[in-house]
Amino acid sequence: MKHDSSALDRADTRLRHDEGIAGMVRGFIDRVRSGDLGMLPVAIGLILIATVFTSLNPVFLAPNNLVNLLFDAAAVGFISLGVVCVLLLGQIDLSIGSMSGLASAIVGVLWVNLGIPLPVAVLGALASGAIVGLIYGTFLNRFGMPSFVSTLAGLLALLGLQLYILGPTGSINLPYSSPLVRFGQILVMPHWLAYLLAIVPGVVMVVLGLRTIRNRATAKLSNPGLGVLLFKAGVLTLALLVVVFYLNQGRGIPYMFGLFIAMVIVMNYAFTRTKWGRSMFAIGGNTEAARRAGINVNFIRLSAFMICSTMAALGGVLSAARLASSSQQAGTGDVNLNAIAAAVIGGTSLFGGRGSAWSALFGILVIQSISNGLTLLNLSSSLRYMITGAVLAIAVIVDSLARQSRASHGRA
Amino acid sequence: MSASSAGNSPPGEPILRLRGISKQFGAVSALTDIDLDIHAGEVVALVGDNGAGKSTLVKTLAGVHQPSAGTIEFMGEDVTLDTPAKALMLGIATVFQDLALCENLDVVGNLFLGQELAPWRLDEVAMEVRAWTLLNELSARIPSVREPVASLSGGQRQTVAIARSLLLDPKIIMLDEPTAALGVAQTAEVLNLIERVRDRGHGVILISHNMEDVRAVADRVVVLRLGRNNGVFTADSSNEELVAAITGATENAVSRRHARKHENTDLQDEA
Repeated sequence: MKHDSSALDRADTRLRHDEGIAGMVRGFIDRVRSGDLGMLPVAIGLILIATVFTSLNPVFLAPNNLVNLLFDAAAVGFISLGVVCVLLLGQIDLSIGSMSGLASAIVGVLWVNLGIPLPVAVLGALASGAIVGLIYGTFLNRFGMPSFVSTLAGLLALLGLQLYILGPTGSINLPYSSPLVRFGQILVMPHWLAYLLAIVPGVVMVVLGLRTIRNRATAKLSNPGLGVLLFKAGVLTLALLVVVFYLNQGRGIPYMFGLFIAMVIVMNYAFTRTKWGRSMFAIGGNTEAARRAGINVNFIRLSAFMICSTMAALGGVLSAARLASSSQQAGTGDVNLNAIAAAVIGGTSLFGGRGSAWSALFGILVIQSISNGLTLLNLSSSLRYMITGAVLAIAVIVDSLARQSRASHGRA
Repeated sequence: MSASSAGNSPPGEPILRLRGISKQFGAVSALTDIDLDIHAGEVVALVGDNGAGKSTLVKTLAGVHQPSAGTIEFMGEDVTLDTPAKALMLGIATVFQDLALCENLDVVGNLFLGQELAPWRLDEVAMEVRAWTLLNELSARIPSVREPVASLSGGQRQTVAIARSLLLDPKIIMLDEPTAALGVAQTAEVLNLIERVRDRGHGVILISHNMEDVRAVADRVVVLRLGRNNGVFTADSSNEELVAAITGATENAVSRRHARKHENTDLQDEA
């Protein structure tokens, strides 16, 4: 699209006009330089991980291994998606692991031990998550209790509750033939459906993009142009088709992963296109300013903590489905930190006010690839913990450095 | 002396009437028994030394602080301003001294913060157009409304904050030190803007340490001292009168400095 100085937002001569595909690339380089890394660490991380693990064990990139990886990623991914909500506010939830374990225990006890119908049991588990989130939010709003402390207390309390309701046996097996376990272990999309879903995002992008271009043109605002839109949509569609084609060489795309992606899209919409999402970012950036702008800070906080814990519960239920059991080990170990690390690696800041729903998806792919690769190498969990710990540390350092760089480049 | 007894208030019912407003922070009385009337179409300057309670009064009216005692009457009705949202809804808009902007959001996001168009499907195009219209009305020099506020200069941020207060077409707008961070041209623009807002029939409360600005636009000058009313003046009152009311004595640091300066020039004249 040619330079149009008559556009309302292009009148200022000091502004460089990044137009077309070249402008897009230039804008991207500028953003990275000033510390707005976006998905760059993820891309580099995934390439690095794939290269290293494939050279050590070629099975890593085999389609079926990647399908397994997606099954695992989906379960923890939900937990990570939830924690993005509280991270956006500059808060944290350290009890998501315990919450997921408790939820899996609740499903096991209600469904297998007490014979309550599965949907009711799952709803019960999700409701318990919502209640826990409500408690954290209330502690923060009423008593000013830092979420760091209240959720640390919750970590222990929820783990205790999980052990208590599981009782002395400590483990409940979920029936293999049940829809829940099949959903968590076996069910994959038919090939045609996977291909169809791979095309949909590109088409939707073009349709919505054309409408935006039209609206902006009517309002005399500039727009990046049709070329950029078609280019982006084309690249996206091509990439998705390649991925689907490759995974279809194996078992195919798990429905569970599809559900995860759908949830990411819903949350992304909520974060970027609703007043609620805008309020989340505002509170994360400057709580007092948000309050003075008339935003109901307490309500937003409550909702964020409730979504976080509910998502953690959902992740716990799906983890139980994946393992076909509710056990005392569920949700312990590295689940907590994996979920938080995934969000941070994906680009959600621990300092609040920055992040996206996509960070949960891309971050969990990185984390799960590392975990999967290390398992393939038959390394003990001791080593796995150390490596995951190091990855989290690196992610936080990158976040911190990028933040300083953004501050000095005036990008907050 | 109360504002209404000053005799130079415009006739008619005030939009905003404060009676006996007090605010305590623990043992400290930030405000004691403040009376203040604001009429439609007048600019009231609120002046006073540091710690006189100007910002506390503004925050009370903005719904940030709740007064410990006293009544607030808005459009003839008793109101309690218990949340910032309530004050905004009634039509009391505020530009805070610290601007209260979210640095991580862009200009459009900040302008419409809490007042987004179409809450379930944000109308970015309409918001951006309105943002440009508002900013152009203020002759704002902001290169792009899609850059985060963190990348703007102090004056540009000030303009964004003022533009935001006008978004809802308020009855009263309160400006806490609006020109402190501005250049010469922007200061003039803000003063023009204040007059434009007044001419549209809104009430304006202006807090400033800059007597030149105050005298340029204010219809009345209300002086606070140590949290109390300390006189109401007109814009043509002399500097000495105002300074005396602000500092609480005709003999003060400003007058002594003034006298010393004069002495020096007198001596030089004699020499």
